[in-house]
Amino acid sequence: MGPSRVRLAGWGFRHASRRAWAVRDVDLEIEPGERMLLTGASGSGKSTLLRALGGLLVPESGDAEGVLTVDGGLPDRRRHRVGMVFQDPDSQLVMTRSGDDVAFGLENAGLPPERIWPAVDAALDAVGFDLGRDRPTAALSGGQKQRLVLAGALAPRPGLLVLDEPTAQLDPGGADLVRSAVARAVGDRAATLVVVDHDVEAWLPLVDRVVELLPSGGVVEHAPGWAPAPLRFPSRRPSAPAELLLTAERAGYTHRGSSAPALCPTDAALSAGRTLAVTGPNGSGKSTLALLLAGLRPPTTGRVVAAPPLTAGLRNPARPPSRWRAADLVDRIGTVFQQPEHQFLTGRVRDELSLGPLRSGTGATAAGRLADELLERLGLSSLGDANPFTLSGGQQRRLSVATALATRPRVLVLDEPTFGQDRDTWAELVALLAEQQDGERALCLVTHDAAVVAALADDVLHLGVPAAVG
Amino acid sequence: MSTPFALGPARPVPLSAINPVAQLSAIAVLTVVLLVSRDLVAPSLLLGAELTLLPAAGLTSPGQVLRRIWPLLASAAGVAWVNVAFGSLSGAEAWISGATWGVRVLALALPGILLVAGTDPVRLADALTIHWRVPTRFAYGALAALRLVPLLAAEWETIRLARRARGVDAGASPVAHVRLLGSTAFALLVGAIRRGTRLATAMDARGFDSDVPRTNARGSVLRRRDVVFVVAAVAVCVAAVTVSVLLGAWHPVLG
Repeated sequence: MGPSRVRLAGWGFRHASRRAWAVRDVDLEIEPGERMLLTGASGSGKSTLLRALGGLLVPESGDAEGVLTVDGGLPDRRRHRVGMVFQDPDSQLVMTRSGDDVAFGLENAGLPPERIWPAVDAALDAVGFDLGRDRPTAALSGGQKQRLVLAGALAPRPGLLVLDEPTAQLDPGGADLVRSAVARAVGDRAATLVVVDHDVEAWLPLVDRVVELLPSGGVVEHAPGWAPAPLRFPSRRPSAPAELLLTAERAGYTHRGSSAPALCPTDAALSAGRTLAVTGPNGSGKSTLALLLAGLRPPTTGRVVAAPPLTAGLRNPARPPSRWRAADLVDRIGTVFQQPEHQFLTGRVRDELSLGPLRSGTGATAAGRLADELLERLGLSSLGDANPFTLSGGQQRRLSVATALATRPRVLVLDEPTFGQDRDTWAELVALLAEQQDGERALCLVTHDAAVVAALADDVLHLGVPAAVG
Repeated sequence: MSTPFALGPARPVPLSAINPVAQLSAIAVLTVVLLVSRDLVAPSLLLGAELTLLPAAGLTSPGQVLRRIWPLLASAAGVAWVNVAFGSLSGAEAWISGATWGVRVLALALPGILLVAGTDPVRLADALTIHWRVPTRFAYGALAALRLVPLLAAEWETIRLARRARGVDAGASPVAHVRLLGSTAFALLVGAIRRGTRLATAMDARGFDSDVPRTNARGSVLRRRDVVFVVAAVAVCVAAVTVSVLLGAWHPVLG
């Protein structure tokens, strides 16, 4: 069987328990072998459409209207013709060995065992995975895992390959690896390709057409040669003379029971009015350094020292930040984690913002006023009573930054603040961070994102991968 | 983030050559004998026989063995102590009763440790679905879920740190400690359910829920050595009971 033809006519879908349609009025023809990039603002229903193509929207999950066919049939009758890859490699791998995982889909399809292994080898070869069938999946990097997931999707020789944000959780090297694997795998046009990805620009050379899903319903086709609007960089004021707030002195960290250090002894200084970007490949200990500076983990070698402007008001200023009470910490060093959901503690956006000030001893009225101010500034006023977990990805990011700002800490540590975000959210986040760069505050950004470094950083600390010991 | 106990394919050890269902059969026989025997002789002999298998399961250095079985030793000691301290017997009889219980607990649990040390989880799922007709949905679903456990451990740590970053810690109050533990566990559970749902969707997208009968690429064969292993287990049990009877110690539960 050759590549699939996809047809949507007046198609729409409304999730059960929702009043608004997630997608509506979509008219679209995708020719066999064509490669299409699907774009659209967050919340425009891209993922819903992709799930529908994969036949994963069962009738109980909501109401559909119009027509959607793959090879002339309903998608749930064509499931075996569609290969799908999602965002998070760890929630797609099933087996403990690489080859076994690629075989999983073929076993499900009932292929006789003697035909499975040649197909597995062909799929591994198609994506350029050369680490061998027996390599434990747990020992792979994110990019390699996602490559393996792609091989698993390709092994049953699908007519339609659907990729839903395949690089959103990967560092730039891993994302390149996945894109090159896709290019290699669909080179013979044996499968039709539909991709959704936050990094639109990087996929343009690989696709034949770009279609944008409109939030109000319907689609527009972009002309050949279309490119997204350039990134909006905020204008920056020159930073004032620096007052030292926090330093890491030969600070390193080794996990208990591990022979190799997660972070080699490192020097770093955070000064008021300056922004330090920490860059480096995966495994260089960037996030670990962020945790040490944020006072969340004690270094196992060296030390982290808070300067007097930061320790003012503490009962025991000689103690390192990792031994401060949480209520003292939240007043002085704010931290924004990579996954906003890890940080949400309440059921309402407004409560989320007033929590920090309340913990550090601000009165309820003042804390409420602070929360309202922040909501106003973030443009989230209408969502004050919403549950933080129901916000869109971009809104959650902004909220998690705002929760750290609510206590007006002098040091703000952020781990990958723009990771996996589309251009609009990127611009909003960078603008919000640029507003925080005043003479009083030090920012520390751990990031893979060269554009963020260019937009915000005064100083750059590049970490290398620590050598294994023994 | 790497965790110290990531689930991977098990390193092959001599015991891996025995099919997992043969090992489970041997464990079943052993378990029945241990559950009915109330003396000290038979369980001690069986425990001795199990200990000789430790090297075959790749557990050769005392440190390795201890790392695997310390929770077991602690629970066996606990059971023994409860029997000595709170049992109806007194004096030497109480000590013998305590020792019997301790040995039984050890002898019951050690085969499980041997199985886990020598068995690849994927091979176990293969053997269960092929030989014992365990539903594939259950066996491979459990396998996929097992892969998420090390991720959960990393996530627990992240959630804990994220709470401290938000100004939430328990301080010195034990009540606050329990509440914080509860809310962290809840956040972890919510995350686990989301991840589990994503995993289920991804597996279904790969045809896991289709009506087509599933094949198995690796297969799982029962050989002569598997039969020998089970027969040997039965023989050891018979020998242990015989010695116990000859010594006059045997008085089973169903006697």
